[in-house]
Amino acid sequence: MKIQQDHARYKRIVRGKIRQNLRRYMSRGDLIARKGKDLVTIPIPQIEIPRFRFGMKNTGGVSQGDGEPGDSLGPGEQQPGSGQAGDQPGEHQLEAEVTIEELAEIMAEELELPRIQPRGKELIESAKERYTGISPVGPDSLRHFKRTYRRALKRTIASGTYNLDDPVVIPVRQDMRYRTWRIDTQPRSNAVIIYMMDVSGSMGEEQKEIVRIESFWIDTWLQSQYKGIESVYIIHDATARRVDRETFFRTRESGGTMISSAYKLCERILEEEYPAEEWNVYPFHFSDGDNWSVDDTQECIRLLREQLLPAVNMFGYGQVESPYGSGQFIRDLRKTLDEAENLILSEIPNRDSIYDSIRTFLKKGM
Amino acid sequence: MALPKHLAELAGEILEKARKFGLDPFKTIFEVVNYEVMNEIASYGGFPTRYPHWRFGMEYERLSKSHSYGLSKIYEMVINNDPTFAYLLEGNNLVDQKTVMGHVYAHSDFFHHNLFFSHTDRGMMNEMANHAARIRSYAERFGVEKVESFIDICLSLDNLIDIHSPFRVKKRRGKEEEQSGSDGESDPDKVVGIHKLRSKEYMEEYINPREFIDQQRQKLLKEQEQQRRIPARPEQDVLQFLLDHAPLERWQADILSIVREEAFYFAPQMQTKIMNEGWATYWHSRIMTEKALKSSEVVDYAESYSKVVATAPGQFNPYKIGVELFRDIFDRWNKGRFGKEWEECEDIARREAWDLKLGQGNDKIFLVRKLYNDVTFIDEFLTEDFCRRHKLFTFALNRRKNQWEIESREFQQIKEKLLFALTNFGQPTIFVIDANFENRAELLLHHKHQGVDLQTDYSKAVLENLYQIWTRPVNIQTVTDQKGTMLRFDGTEHSERSIDYEPIR
Repeated sequence: MKIQQDHARYKRIVRGKIRQNLRRYMSRGDLIARKGKDLVTIPIPQIEIPRFRFGMKNTGGVSQGDGEPGDSLGPGEQQPGSGQAGDQPGEHQLEAEVTIEELAEIMAEELELPRIQPRGKELIESAKERYTGISPVGPDSLRHFKRTYRRALKRTIASGTYNLDDPVVIPVRQDMRYRTWRIDTQPRSNAVIIYMMDVSGSMGEEQKEIVRIESFWIDTWLQSQYKGIESVYIIHDATARRVDRETFFRTRESGGTMISSAYKLCERILEEEYPAEEWNVYPFHFSDGDNWSVDDTQECIRLLREQLLPAVNMFGYGQVESPYGSGQFIRDLRKTLDEAENLILSEIPNRDSIYDSIRTFLKKGM
Repeated sequence: MALPKHLAELAGEILEKARKFGLDPFKTIFEVVNYEVMNEIASYGGFPTRYPHWRFGMEYERLSKSHSYGLSKIYEMVINNDPTFAYLLEGNNLVDQKTVMGHVYAHSDFFHHNLFFSHTDRGMMNEMANHAARIRSYAERFGVEKVESFIDICLSLDNLIDIHSPFRVKKRRGKEEEQSGSDGESDPDKVVGIHKLRSKEYMEEYINPREFIDQQRQKLLKEQEQQRRIPARPEQDVLQFLLDHAPLERWQADILSIVREEAFYFAPQMQTKIMNEGWATYWHSRIMTEKALKSSEVVDYAESYSKVVATAPGQFNPYKIGVELFRDIFDRWNKGRFGKEWEECEDIARREAWDLKLGQGNDKIFLVRKLYNDVTFIDEFLTEDFCRRHKLFTFALNRRKNQWEIESREFQQIKEKLLFALTNFGQPTIFVIDANFENRAELLLHHKHQGVDLQTDYSKAVLENLYQIWTRPVNIQTVTDQKGTMLRFDGTEHSERSIDYEPIR
């Protein structure tokens, strides 16, 4: 169809707009709420053609139905109904829907992210048999009766031995037709993301929002890279526990902070459920960098060096800035684990730096 | 796909019935298409071929999404052309197809006979294909991006046309100028051409008093200066003005003229939305209910009809208002419910029983479909009775509560608001008033403010586009929050200042 060309142009323009504004989208949380199973809805500014037009807020219009003056017709954000007299377009912001894969692609282009090379062997996760064709050889159990009969009939008629009064058709070897199948194997690399977050008193709402946005983009990217992906959520203050996603973002504790508790729990979960030889492992830890004691930090460093780093693809540590935190932890990591290639550190002082932080985390393609 | 036999037969039947009612459509060619093609054609504004542009793709995305979510379904489409082309949706049941045919014939009759369509190009089907070919060749020569973004610019100005200009006899510009310029006498009064009454010398002061002559001279001088201005008078056909005066390359001028031509082609459809849909609905309903409907089809027909005329608070359904107004006119002129005596009669009982048995209803509606557009239609035939019967109201935004509310059920307010929404097909009225503004070759536009402000961010974006065409700073006078405002874009930045807003005309 001719329209396909125009449609493709439009799609490219939308992509371009998203790319252009990616930094802004990445610093705001509103995309998260728009995420469905496979689609994200993105509000796009000014893709329509501008014309001189009336400010809708001043106009209103004419309609019909019951009701008294003063009765409500709906909230003020949008023009109620649509199809104004005179065909004025309603005041709506254009929204584009993109698939999560597309979004990840756009993100990869803009952030110049390399594709991830999955570690280790690919697990053959699913093998599906599909009947795809017909062949002259095969096991009897797969004989295609109708086709076989048809060929036999043709041959019988062609050879002139077909007798209407006694329509016996006997298939011979060459008439036989069999179904054939193909095995579609889907090599899947499995990956697990382990989100750990400090929920001690010093982590405020804003800090958690930043973590939420970061995790959205990390999810988006890793989902596009691995077919099967699982997520584990761990919160910690002085002790760590495994929670579901909702609890992860909602919990606020008041205690102190022992980061090692989370790392220990992470290590145990990995060992029990996600062995390194079968899984691509992506732990991300977010905190304001205020650990309880120097000893505990030492313990963390030891855990990272000896247990975690060897077992994971990469370990991301994101440090958000809070008015209470000293932010010491990242400095300690930097000092002692500088040589570790798969430990990636990122400071996220505010929402505007989410963009750069995501890039830092993902640009190595590990 | 050509029409299958059973549908072709149906179309013949319906046409015969339509003709018996007095409809006189163009020859009409139906095609059956599947929903994908229907969506494609609808995205192209009803035409099978348009020039390449992304907005058609955007429309297609919207239509196919809302189709696949089951939110909308396009039953029919019809193009103003001779012959008229119309599309039927494959797989619709026969009742729907019949209804659509009746609807289409009435549209075609309207295109054929309504005055405001008289200047539209009846070979638009071919013309659109020509436009497409021309623009494609430009895209090949100058690059897709370049051509497409120029089209964007043109489209953003395509509501700046004067919908009445096709009806105006073109004045020959050359002649006027010759006459005023050839007068070379030295008498200053004569130069400006003041008409003096003949008088004896001693009476001169009385018959042609000095002050009066001075006053006249001032006025004429001003008029002459006006004549030297470009444009001499405020020009509402901004697109034509740009074609005449903007520094455009040949291909750009051609694209702009294509956009203008298409805008003029579509304008009457916007000018007569209520009437056109009303007329089509009126006749499909009469053809179906009086002639074509089989008893087994009644339920299906009723269901689809009720969807067409459905209303919801906050929505305005032109099909509903249009069809009811035609019915109302039909009834009133049959019963003689018009004229001075009727207007002045306040006796409710007498009004209720009023029936002069004139039987002029049919003639009247045919006359109305010939001579009126939405503005004059509403102005003349929307009555207080009608508003009450159909529960019309106006609504507005309550800023304090930030919600839309029913505002009024007063007849005058309803009529005023409706007429305003329809004037200049709902678009702001904008003129070019000076092409040499501030003596710096800047363009000055004037928004004729009629109570509603422009949306400033959109205005600014349009100015940016206009600058691309004019290549010198562009300005527009308007009113914002009751204060005269000049918006200006100089190629790099926008500015806004207060002015004394002097409405023109």
